[in-house]
Amino acid sequence: MTADAVIPFDDAIAAFDPVMGLEVHVELSTASKMFCSCPTEFGAEPNSQVCPVCLGLPGALPAVNAAAIEAAIRIGLALNCSVAEWCRFARKNYFYPDMPKNFQTSQYDEPICFDGYLDVDVPTADGIKKVRIEIERAHMEEDTGKALHVGGSTGRIHGADFSLVDYNRAGIPLIEIVTRPIEGAEQFAPEVARAYVAALREILRSLDVSDVRMEQGSLRCDVNLSLRRTPADPLGTRSETKNVNSLRSVERAVRYEIGRQAALLQAGGKVVQETRHWHEDTGVTTSGRSKEGAEDYRYFPEPDLLPIAPDPAWVEELRATLPENPAVRRARLATEWGLTDFEMDSLINAGALDLVIATVAAGGDQARARKWWTGELTRIANDRGVDVHDLGVTPEHVVRIETLISEGALNDKLARQVIEGVIAGEGDPDAVVASRGLAVVSDDGPLLAAIDEALAANPDVIEKIMGGKQQAAGVIVGAVMKATRGQADAARVRALLFDKLGVVEEA
Amino acid sequence: MQQHLTRLSAADIAAAISDGDVSATEVTRAHLDRIAEVDERVHAFLHIDDEGALATAAAVDAKRKAGEPLGPLAGVPLALKDVMTMRGIPTTCGSRILEGWRPPYDSTVVERLRAADVVILGKTNMDEFAMGSSTEHSAYGPSHNPWDLDRIPGGSGGGSAAAIAAFEAPLAIGTDTGGSIRQPAAVTGTVGVKPTYGGVSRFGLVALASSLDQAGPCARTVEDAALLHAAIAGHDPRDSTSLTDPVPAVVEAARRGDVRGLRVGLVKELSGEGYQAGVTQRFNEAVDILTELGAEVVEVSCPHFDYALAAYYLILPAEASSNLARFDGMRFGLRAGDTGELGVEEVMSLTREAGFGAEVKRRIMIGTYALSSGYYDAYYGQAQKVRTLIQRDFAAAFEQADVLISPTAPTTAFRIGEKVDDPIAMYLNDVATIPVNLAGNCAMSLPIGLAPEDGLPVGLQIMAPARADERLYNAGAALEAALRDRWGHLLIEEAPAL
Repeated sequence: MTADAVIPFDDAIAAFDPVMGLEVHVELSTASKMFCSCPTEFGAEPNSQVCPVCLGLPGALPAVNAAAIEAAIRIGLALNCSVAEWCRFARKNYFYPDMPKNFQTSQYDEPICFDGYLDVDVPTADGIKKVRIEIERAHMEEDTGKALHVGGSTGRIHGADFSLVDYNRAGIPLIEIVTRPIEGAEQFAPEVARAYVAALREILRSLDVSDVRMEQGSLRCDVNLSLRRTPADPLGTRSETKNVNSLRSVERAVRYEIGRQAALLQAGGKVVQETRHWHEDTGVTTSGRSKEGAEDYRYFPEPDLLPIAPDPAWVEELRATLPENPAVRRARLATEWGLTDFEMDSLINAGALDLVIATVAAGGDQARARKWWTGELTRIANDRGVDVHDLGVTPEHVVRIETLISEGALNDKLARQVIEGVIAGEGDPDAVVASRGLAVVSDDGPLLAAIDEALAANPDVIEKIMGGKQQAAGVIVGAVMKATRGQADAARVRALLFDKLGVVEEA
Repeated sequence: MQQHLTRLSAADIAAAISDGDVSATEVTRAHLDRIAEVDERVHAFLHIDDEGALATAAAVDAKRKAGEPLGPLAGVPLALKDVMTMRGIPTTCGSRILEGWRPPYDSTVVERLRAADVVILGKTNMDEFAMGSSTEHSAYGPSHNPWDLDRIPGGSGGGSAAAIAAFEAPLAIGTDTGGSIRQPAAVTGTVGVKPTYGGVSRFGLVALASSLDQAGPCARTVEDAALLHAAIAGHDPRDSTSLTDPVPAVVEAARRGDVRGLRVGLVKELSGEGYQAGVTQRFNEAVDILTELGAEVVEVSCPHFDYALAAYYLILPAEASSNLARFDGMRFGLRAGDTGELGVEEVMSLTREAGFGAEVKRRIMIGTYALSSGYYDAYYGQAQKVRTLIQRDFAAAFEQADVLISPTAPTTAFRIGEKVDDPIAMYLNDVATIPVNLAGNCAMSLPIGLAPEDGLPVGLQIMAPARADERLYNAGAALEAALRDRWGHLLIEEAPAL
């Protein structure tokens, strides 16, 4: 396969206006599948989470999972959509071995949620750009199985020696969220696409409806892109790049397709309407199925399922109990806590906002809480390759440690050892303090003894201090801290030392 | 004694077992013997589960001995149409594509039959995937009408009807998408009921057309049909289209059989041209009997019934084309062309080419076309509108009448081979039964005599509104009793002994 020609992004943008459409598939984290009671757990033994319904065996019938309907409506409401008073499932007919019934139970012209929008802050070189992304629809459907094509070079079905299919994923509830064409993004198109998917992911996470793990496929993005000479021209022919599975890839795929399509058009060629595959490693897209023969899915209303007519009172109840929109919450907290954009961003990037909020709610100070969660705890989590949420440290632990510090029972160094103990599963902070014997030495007697010992070992220090070189005291303080294995309060040691020498400590 | 057991009604068998006059094992053996004796000629069964049937019978006998409560049909043998899944028992739907497939699960109907202690003898023959009116489209050869073995027993559930008419079983399960219970009942002199859509769970019924399919009872008497109806009906959360209403009081209605003051509507569009003279004659006599019994007979018009057949042959193939897509050789059943050389699409094509018969392919092609983009509105969309109009016709007719009646089928049983190459002639067999499926209400066929010109059974169809299935049994029982008084026996007693 020869590589496609690509022209530099800036040249492409100078000559063309990009229009995008983003389709995001979200796997819901319901306990059971969309139309049967099979579990949905990720990573189980292949074909161990299947039954006659999700295997599409003859005679089996679907029954809708009410939890999936609720999640779909909550997603729609969070995206400012209208919720259908009455809608139906439809069959999308096509043959593929990963689809047990050879039709996908989906929604067609009657989606459960439609006509919404999402306001997105797009970070650009020119500062934050506010963009409203219009949502055309959010509809329910079932996931397919997963095919593994063995042999051949491409890992795709053509050219494979044989294929293995795992139907554990078949029937997992999906919500497909489709934008209207995104126009006017211009040179920021790649950043807009990324910011939209990031904002969507944040909302879905706040709704607690999905794991939204792009790397595991629980959030998958298809990027539709076309170019036209000017915004006044009709939409150009689009390509549809499938399964772009990280935020960075969303941005790169848009950038690449703009360069590729521009090169084609500049050379007098035509963009083919087709599915393209994104290659994470090389950062290019390659041609997949051509859609020129417009696939005919022969949609018709699913006769095995009754129409869905959500009770308006229930929808209002769901609306009233939606969590605060993450962007709104962010702005509110930044004001309340007096944070700069940079501080808020590092908090978000650490993925620790909810932990800080919980720590504050448990009585902690926001500045100290931020320091713990984005500093020490994030560092430990990164070292161990786990999520900061999964360290085993709770907001209550952090509050307790802070209290011990402010009471003088712990210093920062000891506090870090307490955290280590908590992470090691030795119990809560008080238990760790007790079992490791980590309390600060508050009795002056042993400290004075240690000071005497240190002075005897460093006879020149007294002379230096008396001669005005007060910084020399550090040697003694360090030696005392060492002797007490860090359990002394450094400030107290220093005060006792100057006291003993009858010297007034300089401020 | 054994021959006698096969002549009993289900109600009498259940009573005899319950009273200890006979064991379930004896009853089961008698029927298995009868099958061994006659089924080579009738070919009602595709699979006989001797072992399972005798085991169930033994369990019923043990239960009775232990004094445990027995269901109203405990120990009664039954023949199951091969379109219903039954764990571990071959289920072919009359198709090569499912040859050898043993489902890993029970249909809801089978679950309920087991719970009622019914003895399932085996699986009965049918037109492939229930597409046909004669069983000639079965991949395993046709069934034969016990009244005349050269003739068809109707279809698609011809095997179930033939098994009942040949005294191989007192009860059978059929499924009715456009007449597949009622038309076989009519041409074999037996009773068949299509319950209200949603009345009996479709879970485990291999779908032909999801919005039309409905399982129901086949029997030799109205009361037996009611007992079976009551055993299999009722809400099932695994079938979303299943009704949540309580099961209509069909058994009580079948034992009442009183049509005094009942308004009976004659459907003008379901008579006259196209109906065999003997069929019309027997039908008119039955109308007179109903009048004598005190029913008030009126004529009603359902003008859109004239379009029912056309609409049906768009909706059915459309849904079937999608329902049958799963038969691709990937997960179960036949797989053709898997040489290690061919790709998945070729293997799917070859499997479907080899596994499906001509009628199935014809309907898949019609359905695929009808759903295609650009044709959907003109065909499938239009057919759905006709469906609504037919529902309105029924609603208007049921303003004037409590039940409607018509001949069940336009003719008596035709000869094997007579119509098999003429799809339209075959489709016309269902002209009177199809409107009920399109509207989703319920209907019964019961025998009303033999056509003078050929001596073959004629059926009368009673139709009632959705969820009013008990009206069928009330009217049917009254007519059945009057005819029995007149003849001194059930019509089926006149069938050849084989």
